[in-house]
Amino acid sequence: MTGSARRIRANRGARASARFAAVLWIACALASCATFDPPKPWEKGDLARPSMRFDSDPPAAKATQHIYQSKEGAAGGGAVGGGGCGCN
Amino acid sequence: MQTWIRLVIAGALLIGASLAHAVRTGEPAPPLVLASASGETIDLARLRGRVVYVDFWASWCAPCRRSFPWMNGLLERHGGEGLVIVGVNVDKRRADADRFLRDVPASFSVVFDAQGVTPTAFDVKGMPSSYLVDRHGVVAMVEEGFHDDRRADIESRIRALLSQQ
Repeated sequence: MTGSARRIRANRGARASARFAAVLWIACALASCATFDPPKPWEKGDLARPSMRFDSDPPAAKATQHIYQSKEGAAGGGAVGGGGCGCN
Repeated sequence: MQTWIRLVIAGALLIGASLAHAVRTGEPAPPLVLASASGETIDLARLRGRVVYVDFWASWCAPCRRSFPWMNGLLERHGGEGLVIVGVNVDKRRADADRFLRDVPASFSVVFDAQGVTPTAFDVKGMPSSYLVDRHGVVAMVEEGFHDDRRADIESRIRALLSQQ
């Protein structure tokens, strides 16, 4: 085997291990997301505060949504399900 | 799929299932020892022989606001027969709970658990959640949320438990 062929092979090996390390890093990063627990039903006090609303003025938001629906001919999608209270 | 991956997934599911063990009817009630506003300690184990209605509530929970007058009425109607109502507040800030109690006074015992130890032990699934504990310390009924159409059912269940010795 010539010197240059050996160098190419060594280079290829290094690239493969770098790819493996990258995949492992991404897998670990994604897996760490699973350690975040959503708040328990009794921990939603701060989420239920008025300042946590997406819309600052509920009646105005309702009117905007109403106009949007009539213009677009489509309803829904303007809000997220469930409030801070875990009762719905 | 490789065998070891399946094993890892099965193990993770098993651990997850054992951590989140909800209290079901027919099981003994988890321990509950908490202090009230007056400093009096309420111990669920020491209420053996009474029918206890444990209600987990919070100041930010809208249905709780409606459940309090009803629970006051329950105590008025059945307190003499041995019914005890324990309202467990789970607010992080005590001032929020005090403000709620000024608006919606409670004639039953209210205890405070800002650390969330008891809702964890009961594995409360929603606010409010209530647990009816019979005279032997066994959970007879688990109620999630407060629904007006459930009032009669709960009260008849309480009446049935009170008639048992």
